[in-house]
Amino acid sequence: MKTKNFLSLVAGLALTMSPTAFAANDTLKIGFVGVTSGAKAAWGISNVRCMQTRAKWINSEGGVKIGGKTYDIEIITWDTQDNTTRAREGMEKMVQEGIHYVVGPNTDPTAAAVRPVAEKDGVMYFPYAFPKELYSQPASNAVLGMIANYQSGPAIYKHLKENNGVKSVAFLAANESDALSQRAGGVSAAKHLGLKIIAEDAYQSDTRDFAAVVTPIVEEEPDLLVLSGVAGGTAPLIIRAARELGYEGFISAETAQDAEQLKEGAGSLANGFISVGGASTPEIRSAKMEEFIRRYTEDHGKYDDESNTKVYALEYILETLKANPTAIDDVDVFQNAMDDFEAPNPFIKGDAKLRYVGSTSFGQKRQVGVPMVVTEYRDGKFETLFVTNVD
Amino acid sequence: MEQIIFNGLFLGAQYALIALGLTLIFALMNVLNFAHGQMYVLGGYMTYLVYGHLGLPFYLGLLASAVTLLIVGALIEKFLFRPVIRKSVREESTMLLAAGLAFFFDAVLLLLFGQKQHGVPKIMDGIFKIKTETIRLIVPNDRIAIIVLAVVLIVAFILFMQYSKPGRAMRALAQDRMAAQLMGVSVERYGMLGFALGAMLAGVVGGLLVAITGVSSGIGGPISIKAFLMVMIGGAGVVPGAIAGGFILGMLESVGLTTLRDYGDITYLVIFAALMIFLSIRPNGLMGKPWG
Repeated sequence: MKTKNFLSLVAGLALTMSPTAFAANDTLKIGFVGVTSGAKAAWGISNVRCMQTRAKWINSEGGVKIGGKTYDIEIITWDTQDNTTRAREGMEKMVQEGIHYVVGPNTDPTAAAVRPVAEKDGVMYFPYAFPKELYSQPASNAVLGMIANYQSGPAIYKHLKENNGVKSVAFLAANESDALSQRAGGVSAAKHLGLKIIAEDAYQSDTRDFAAVVTPIVEEEPDLLVLSGVAGGTAPLIIRAARELGYEGFISAETAQDAEQLKEGAGSLANGFISVGGASTPEIRSAKMEEFIRRYTEDHGKYDDESNTKVYALEYILETLKANPTAIDDVDVFQNAMDDFEAPNPFIKGDAKLRYVGSTSFGQKRQVGVPMVVTEYRDGKFETLFVTNVD
Repeated sequence: MEQIIFNGLFLGAQYALIALGLTLIFALMNVLNFAHGQMYVLGGYMTYLVYGHLGLPFYLGLLASAVTLLIVGALIEKFLFRPVIRKSVREESTMLLAAGLAFFFDAVLLLLFGQKQHGVPKIMDGIFKIKTETIRLIVPNDRIAIIVLAVVLIVAFILFMQYSKPGRAMRALAQDRMAAQLMGVSVERYGMLGFALGAMLAGVVGGLLVAITGVSSGIGGPISIKAFLMVMIGGAGVVPGAIAGGFILGMLESVGLTTLRDYGDITYLVIFAALMIFLSIRPNGLMGKPWG
């Protein structure tokens, strides 16, 4: 009898409370259209995990307040499989769901594929792809979510020129569009800095033994060897071949690399290799960033350096909406607000700000402002070489 | 130039070993094994597990690669190719089966080992150097060890095929299947042995090269294509042809990457163009006839 009464009481309370609980928050849907399967899955998975971790955290604290209303965040995901048709379908699905803010895609072709849908149906999207035409006028709806190679490359060359006396550079890229376009950007930046270009070589993307590829470059003894757009698995193979053939200069890449693969593939020969890291280092990160890393690790097992950059896109979307509540259904308002938008950066110590950047590279502010962290590999891990900003 | 020649010889030795297994299977069973590259990858992973992961000696890793692929090859022949060859009158059936196997291996290897590149510690430290006014040659000792092992394996394989009873039986089968059967050679037994040996060669070279180039799950397809290229140059089903094809391709790559670099990445473009012209003149390759 007692049990029956208790159950009735619980049921009564639940009935009384549930309408209040369900009516408390509306839902704000944020989309993700990116690659979460196949060879490039790691890029998109990092995005999704960042978004889900942050959304769960915000929801657990009662949601996000935008214009007097409080919303729970719901992340709607779509795997492009790195396929342009799938990417376009994904963006169309987001439109059908009434979503105006999407993170992704992760590759150049898929980012280009979603552009017509996004611009026609009023969606702001945050790609992790480098083509400048996505972010320069007349394009209006894409916001680059990371640091591009044509921004990190010059910073690295300048640092090495000024601090290490680097005068000559050799470029090496896989014979495929992304890498070759990154090589062209690097060559142009190096020329602009007055560096002597010794080589602009390429290799078949399925090359495994790089001794024959790097032999002629090593013989010319450049001060710096740049691996343009190099894949994480290929970098250690090239580094090892070059070092074993007696190359003693600097080696760098403008893209993020994997310390574990460098350690396994090249061991101590990879020491001194310079690349771009995620947008956070132990020295600059705030307590909130530490908490994010803790929650991410708790939910997904292992934290990766790339997530230090990918944590930002959702934050930029939400903070811009908080500052401009009518933008929630109107991306024109969002775009108009981007030039002057400013909010405290919760992931960095001190008074750092969230600001859109990109005027120098794109002629308009269509890039999230994140710290550019350049790292040096040493004995199995990356150490911060220097931290700077774009624009 | 001496560096370019060594690089070419090193590439050639590894290519020759890869092509040997492929040509053996083709000679014995008339099967174009599209999964040959994936067998190489499996061999690489076995050595990675034993030597790189468990920390056991490198030769045990190689042994694990050899034994695993020997067993896998024998099972594939017995349970997949043999029934298909027996039942199907169309030769394309075995090609489709081999292509299906390649996709299957790719998917399984990706599932088991992930998409990341894996490497192992160097099998030997030190560098051999000659630096004079006229000669400049730098070769890491582990590359010398690998090239010596590759040559020893090639010679051992040739001797086995030339002088052992199973070797003679397999050569007889390749020369004239019907006549060999009439002479009492068991097609089933030696077909299985040949396929297993071919797979084992792929596995061993995968194990050898994991010490230099590492291994990752998606590299099987391009390796198969290169192996077919070597077999086309040397002549399908001919052991000396596969060896010659391997060394020719290795040398072309090494010389092309140095001499043609001013014109962009056109080395393989030139190699493919030359191969088309060559095949139009000699469609059977350099030594294109059954060996024996």
